[in-house]
Amino acid sequence: MLKILKYSFFDLIRSRWSYVYLLFYLGLGSVLLFLNNDLSKAVITLMNVITILVPLIGTIFGVMYYYNSKEFTELLLAQPIKRSSIFIGQYLGVALSLSMSLIIGLGIPFALYGLFQSDEIWDFGLLLVTGTFLTLIFTALAFNIALYNENKIKGFSYAILLWLFMAVIYDGLFLMSLVAFQSYPLDSFSIGATMFNPIDLSRILILLKLDISALLGYTGAVFQKFFGTGFGLLISIVALSLWVVLPVLNIYRKSRKKDF
Amino acid sequence: MNYRNLHIIFLLITLLVNAFAKAETITVCASCQHTSLSNAITAAQAGDTILVKKGTYKEYNIVVDKPLTIKGENFPIIDGEDKGEIIRIVSDNVTIDGLFIINVGTSYTSDHAAIRVVRSEHFLIQNVVLEKLFFGIYIEKSNNGKVYHNKVIGDAQDEYNSGNGIQLWYSKNVEVSNNIVQKVRDGIYLEFSDDILIKDNVSTNNLRYGLHFMFSNDDVYTNNTFENNGAGVAVMFSKRIKMFNNTFKKNWGTAAFGILLKEINDAEIKDNLFEENTVAINIEGSNRIVYSGNDFIRNGYAIKVLGACYNNTIEKNNFLYNSFDLSYNSKLNDNVFRDNYWSNYTGYDLDKDGVGDVPFRPVKLFSYVVNKTPETIILMRSLFIDIIDFSEKVSPVFTPDNLQDLTPKMTRY
Amino acid sequence: MIHIEQLHKKFGKNKVLKGVDLDINSKGIIAILGPNGSGKTTLIKSILGMVIPDSGVLSVNGTSIKKNSQYRDQIDYLPQIANFPANLKVKELIAMIKDLRNRPGEDHRLIQLFKLEPFLSKKLGNLSGGTKQKVNLVLALMFDSPIIILDEPTTGLDPIALIHLKELISEEKVKGKTILITSHIMSFVEEMADEIVFLLEGKVYFKGNIGALKSQTETTNFEQAIANLLTQENA
Repeated sequence: MLKILKYSFFDLIRSRWSYVYLLFYLGLGSVLLFLNNDLSKAVITLMNVITILVPLIGTIFGVMYYYNSKEFTELLLAQPIKRSSIFIGQYLGVALSLSMSLIIGLGIPFALYGLFQSDEIWDFGLLLVTGTFLTLIFTALAFNIALYNENKIKGFSYAILLWLFMAVIYDGLFLMSLVAFQSYPLDSFSIGATMFNPIDLSRILILLKLDISALLGYTGAVFQKFFGTGFGLLISIVALSLWVVLPVLNIYRKSRKKDF
Repeated sequence: MNYRNLHIIFLLITLLVNAFAKAETITVCASCQHTSLSNAITAAQAGDTILVKKGTYKEYNIVVDKPLTIKGENFPIIDGEDKGEIIRIVSDNVTIDGLFIINVGTSYTSDHAAIRVVRSEHFLIQNVVLEKLFFGIYIEKSNNGKVYHNKVIGDAQDEYNSGNGIQLWYSKNVEVSNNIVQKVRDGIYLEFSDDILIKDNVSTNNLRYGLHFMFSNDDVYTNNTFENNGAGVAVMFSKRIKMFNNTFKKNWGTAAFGILLKEINDAEIKDNLFEENTVAINIEGSNRIVYSGNDFIRNGYAIKVLGACYNNTIEKNNFLYNSFDLSYNSKLNDNVFRDNYWSNYTGYDLDKDGVGDVPFRPVKLFSYVVNKTPETIILMRSLFIDIIDFSEKVSPVFTPDNLQDLTPKMTRY
Repeated sequence: MIHIEQLHKKFGKNKVLKGVDLDINSKGIIAILGPNGSGKTTLIKSILGMVIPDSGVLSVNGTSIKKNSQYRDQIDYLPQIANFPANLKVKELIAMIKDLRNRPGEDHRLIQLFKLEPFLSKKLGNLSGGTKQKVNLVLALMFDSPIIILDEPTTGLDPIALIHLKELISEEKVKGKTILITSHIMSFVEEMADEIVFLLEGKVYFKGNIGALKSQTETTNFEQAIANLLTQENA
């Protein structure tokens, strides 16, 4: 698996798209920091960008890589290598190279700006952790979609739909159900509902950092426990990890049964 | 000749007597002639100084009934052993300096204090340290005094059986400065007290309010720090209060705020720093207030307006990274917002005059939604929320459409 | 060598293999033929473990291939469509496959044979179809495995390369290997194959050498014989 990971990774970091992605983050980080000169604002803007853009890039890249390397995969399948190694290896190759682009692309401008002397370093660290989690999750989901759909167009459509659903539609439905059932106690429900959407989970991680003052204004005991203690952070991290592990396990499961 | 004149003549005579009679110093210590403070007071003449040497004195209900200076050397301990009030001042011109007073008795029927000043003038209480107290320094119907550089360290657990650190009741023209008050019910409490100056105090970790005003007018508080109090600072039913250069920090909780303004008119709130409070300023029924030069940094809500508030001016403030800059619970607006810097402003300044070319709308639709259904706060910063906020910004339906800062600054003050 | 018993496979409702029984024990070149959709590629992919059969037994060198990947070390495979990661250089790809197999290969000889030296440092994305097929052949034939599976090996090759290919295959045959080939070029099959396996409707319809085929169909022309097989079936 490590060999496959190595080859996929090097294949990807030499591709044009990785550079574009890296340059995008380099540019975004530099513009936010050096034109605005406001570290806090830069971190807030980046957090908004990351929760939306990273999942989109993760899904698109994941699906694209899978379909583009289909023949290569078949070549590998004829080699004495375990199937799961091939797919998990490729998955990790994509996810890690995307994460690298993110971390390096944002890390360089922030380091140049003198982040390490600043209090914002924790916010920034959280930003990178969240971004990496989202990359791992959405690339895994993309691989799942691709494994289940031979048809490239269909696969791409499902990937975009998945992103749209997680990024926008889910929260719309969530908001509507909260408003519709506002006469009932809803805090357990609302925390539960965030667990089923990794974008919401990463948002929670960010909220815990940026908006804790506002969150603590809410009166529910469950919210108080969730946001007021380390509990929320712990639960969110655990749930995010599950969101990585479960799709990866399914890649493992599905790849062993699939015909090529 | 009325009572007031008599009073002044009496005062003059006392002063003269004091000036001519040589004031004596009476020492209190374990091996001295006077081994207790009460003893020394009984023996002292008006105008004398009582010097309390280092040691522990188990006394309570000490009544200071003549003009005296009571001075502690190296913080002698007056231990009330939880039996009741410790020092009661009932004479003018009393100075208490440098005592360490502990174990004030808790009572559900009377407000026992470490030091109580009753109907007296020209008192000075300074360098006193209070611990294990019920009420700390209680100024009752006493004017023209000073409470300076004291330290009140409580250990309050519940509101119903704890007292306030420094309390003023029906008192006028008192200065409360450079005190440190911690872990009591209200750090500093004012009721029916006018012309009070409160400055350079640090009031932190109190159960309820760091500072609490009720029915008190023309007071000034400047350069104080209020941090991590149960509910922040409450200013209620008062007129013409000036609040300058104070710091309000980390007042977190479901009913916590930097300042709560309730039925306040004609106040000025200038150059304060509000940082990381759940609500920086909570306003109910308050009119003709000027807010200017304040910094609102990373608060849950910078300003939350409930109920009718008219003719307020909010200008030249910095609103930085607050979750919500402003929340309104009605569609009407009669307040003026101008020349503020909003970190959430995304407009542009093509004519380079430092003022944004498009107005800023500080009230988001989402704040309205959260007011209605508090649980929705969990959706903050979601793309979906950004989209509905944007559509509301374009055509306001739920939020006051005339509420905007027409001259948002491009750079912070 | 390869033992197949009652192999069934369907894709959705489409039954592709309906009980294939096949034993390949002989050395030499075996051509797997059949009309489009007869299950040739599915059969080959089943042997390679790329398609998981619904039922049946499939063993290579006496061990079942179920949940096994190491047996593929005994097999060299040339896939039908040569498409490689576009960002890799030719020599990197060759090095990579050697690395993955953990075996040395005789890539130098094959590179010389197909005159691939000028392309070694080029990225695979920039190669022509024929050159890619040559790289494909190098990858498939550079290991000295006892079983070789070639899926449409002639696609895109120029005549000289085709001659080299035939020579190579003959060499391997001489070494005593089992070589499975699918092809649409009947002349190529007729020239090379020792034995024919003809698949029809998901079953083995004919197995035997070219002579037997000709006599069964009563023709002298190989292509004609194949056509006859089909018409007999239809009749």
